[in-house]
Amino acid sequence: MNRREFSKLLLATGTTGVAAQTGLFGDMVAYAQNGEGGLTAIIQPEPPLLVVALNQQIPVGIIGGKLYESLLSYDFDLSPQPQLAKSWTVSEDGLTYTFELVDNAKWHDGTPFTAADVVFSCDVMLKEVHPRARANFDRCESITAEGDHTVVFKLKEPFAPFLLAFETSSAPIMPKHLYEGTDYRNNPANDTPVGTGPFKLAEWVRGSHIRLEANADYYHEGEPGLTEIFYRVVPDGASRSVAMETGEAQLSQFSDIETFDVQRLADMPHLDLTTKGYEFFSPVLWYEPNLRREPFNDVRFRKAMRLLLDPNFIVERIMFGLAQPATGPIASTTKFYDANVTTYEQDVEKANALLDEMGLAKDADGKRITIHHLVVPFGEMWTRLAEYFRQAMSAGGIEVVLDSTDPGGFAETVSNWDYDTTCNMLYQFGDPALGVARSYISSNIRKGVMFTNTQGYENAEVDTLFAEAAVQTSEEARQERYSKAQQILCDELPVLWMTEQKFATLYDNRIADLIVTATGVNANFAKAHYVK
Amino acid sequence: MRLLRGIVTKLAGIVLAILVIATINFTLVHSAPGDPASVMAGQSGATDEKFLEELRAEYGLDKPFMVQLGTYLKKVVTLDLGYSYRQRRPVNELILDRLGPTLLLTLSAFFLSLIGGVVFGTLAGLRHGKWSDLAISLVALLLYATPVFWLGLMLVLIFSIQLEWLPAFGYVDMRASSFGRLEYAWDVLRHLFLPAITLGAIYMAVYTRLMRASLIEVAAEDHVKTARAKGLGEGAILRGHMLRNAALPVVTFAGLQVGALVGGAVVVETVFSWPGLGRLTFDAVTARDYPVLLGIFLVMSVLVIVANILTDLLQRLIDPRIAVR
Repeated sequence: MNRREFSKLLLATGTTGVAAQTGLFGDMVAYAQNGEGGLTAIIQPEPPLLVVALNQQIPVGIIGGKLYESLLSYDFDLSPQPQLAKSWTVSEDGLTYTFELVDNAKWHDGTPFTAADVVFSCDVMLKEVHPRARANFDRCESITAEGDHTVVFKLKEPFAPFLLAFETSSAPIMPKHLYEGTDYRNNPANDTPVGTGPFKLAEWVRGSHIRLEANADYYHEGEPGLTEIFYRVVPDGASRSVAMETGEAQLSQFSDIETFDVQRLADMPHLDLTTKGYEFFSPVLWYEPNLRREPFNDVRFRKAMRLLLDPNFIVERIMFGLAQPATGPIASTTKFYDANVTTYEQDVEKANALLDEMGLAKDADGKRITIHHLVVPFGEMWTRLAEYFRQAMSAGGIEVVLDSTDPGGFAETVSNWDYDTTCNMLYQFGDPALGVARSYISSNIRKGVMFTNTQGYENAEVDTLFAEAAVQTSEEARQERYSKAQQILCDELPVLWMTEQKFATLYDNRIADLIVTATGVNANFAKAHYVK
Repeated sequence: MRLLRGIVTKLAGIVLAILVIATINFTLVHSAPGDPASVMAGQSGATDEKFLEELRAEYGLDKPFMVQLGTYLKKVVTLDLGYSYRQRRPVNELILDRLGPTLLLTLSAFFLSLIGGVVFGTLAGLRHGKWSDLAISLVALLLYATPVFWLGLMLVLIFSIQLEWLPAFGYVDMRASSFGRLEYAWDVLRHLFLPAITLGAIYMAVYTRLMRASLIEVAAEDHVKTARAKGLGEGAILRGHMLRNAALPVVTFAGLQVGALVGGAVVVETVFSWPGLGRLTFDAVTARDYPVLLGIFLVMSVLVIVANILTDLLQRLIDPRIAVR
């Protein structure tokens, strides 16, 4: 029995609920260890630092999102909501964005927050250290403060999704008085993050937990509703389930809980499950062939591979329902999705016919060709996706050799195009111009850089459509171009889209208003509070 | 004089061994494809060339391999293990932070297994062939065959979830900073219980079997027969004539196992969220945090060397016929 099977067994044996019993060693075990009105959440892996501006890994974004803020937050439908900006206007020509800032916000050290901080962050610091912010703010001709509480962004040319650039992990506003003129990455202030958020860093016991406490000077009266948040580092998957089950932890997010165990925990009386709060990310998962190599450069081969695969199998057997089949490059949960594209039902016969047509004959063992698949080294789910791929391909006489690697090797191998096929999943960041175009436009084929057009897809028409759609200011004109791009892509299959990934957020159901925005667990939790 | 020369030779050997280990480690770690910059870029969801270049320059990864190796060895000699750019702290500090919990865990497991092994092995050996010997041997065999993580999870299932007696994971309560000294110690002890048993169990089983076998062997020796013939009580024979002889192979073996114990701690520390060196190692491997990884390897080699020296001394204490060489 291997470890995974054991976890299943352990979890399947069904264990007692959270009823606290007074045992030999006291009755403290079954309760979360936070004080009155506090929340204990899981964090995995432990973040190396909490400064979102310097590091955009998931755990940094989750905890940093409570300490730092940006100008806007986003509703589940991705419409902008006030945060550090209380209102904003966009000029008719789509070139000038004016933000009115809240006038009573303070940094955690007591210094008032002003427009100068926004200008410093967006125009200077983030452009230096934050790849995604750099791409967004390089579009600006000028970023200027007008008085202490107004900031004006002037764009070189219109960029439709510009308002989506002000999400906390995309553009965290940093304190000018602590960072200006310093070596940002080695600034001692990085150890004691100072933000404007509703929570402040209170204690960090490395390897164990991070404690945030409520910011009493937060600029919204009556917020935050929680007194403190403990982020507890729990590296083992089975232990994370146990923690949620016993109440030692009250919140899990992203892939903290193995997919096969989510429903069992969701059925427990003290826990609720939501898949909302990931709309901003809306990741799409795909199998990625390297189009520079034979036979993947032949669209018939890609179509054959696609026909051998069944996204429904992945949804049901690998994701346990925490996903839905993807029809194309744009997730149905974000903007400009179009369902009117070529779709592919699993059809082994048709796939074999295509492969025959290509002249890839079967040998005596029924094998046509041997290809390699680089297994994504980020956990159980990815291993199963690779195993499924191998199994599905064998029906077409395609033998798949699975290659293992570690996270460093994976990024290195994929970004340097040294693979046959692999699997990948990219966030969409709310708009095709931010999170989709990057995987298909030829100007983003950049060797050595991850999350680019790594498969090497080139189509001038697609390039033009994405370029035009990004700068159109009318929604209809954008939709028209994105629809066309989706149709072309679905015909040419630069990658084999499988699923739109959902994530499970499990939380203690005594807490209300926890997940209230499209960035869910990454948001600031200012409104979360206990109701029971 | 000979003793002094012996010690000097030994020390020189140790220093040389450590330098060779450091060089091999450095070469091995750097020969895998990918580096810390690519890992960080790979986990951040979006990236560009500038980001990678800056990271590589900051980590010193843009310099030739030999230059990097030279810088590293020079630092090692001055006991400076470098700086973890990922964790943004000196490696010495990171390791010192984690060394305490790991030593606590491994030493507890070590002594637990050694004492348990000697006691149960002696009991079984003395009752050789009886049902109690059979029972102990059977349990030892079972423990020996049980995977560490399985045992750990089973203990959690029973003691944390079903009985709710002990915490399932962690080193201390998160409220511990407000605890009194005694309360703190008690809390750590509660947390220590399950991981120490988990880590020690397999070795306890090994030592039990070893002790039993060697006790049976010693019991058949002439000097024991002589002792019995001259009318000594069984207790006196055991204490005076058998235990020391029988314990020697167990101690030798235990000394060799220290390295493995530290290795086993990786799994146990992960299952129990124990903030020790094992987990730091695991995190450093996946993140390609070279300075941390090399630092840990080095500290572990030193620990193993120290353990071997201690074993030598202990053997001498048990059996004065073994000379310091």
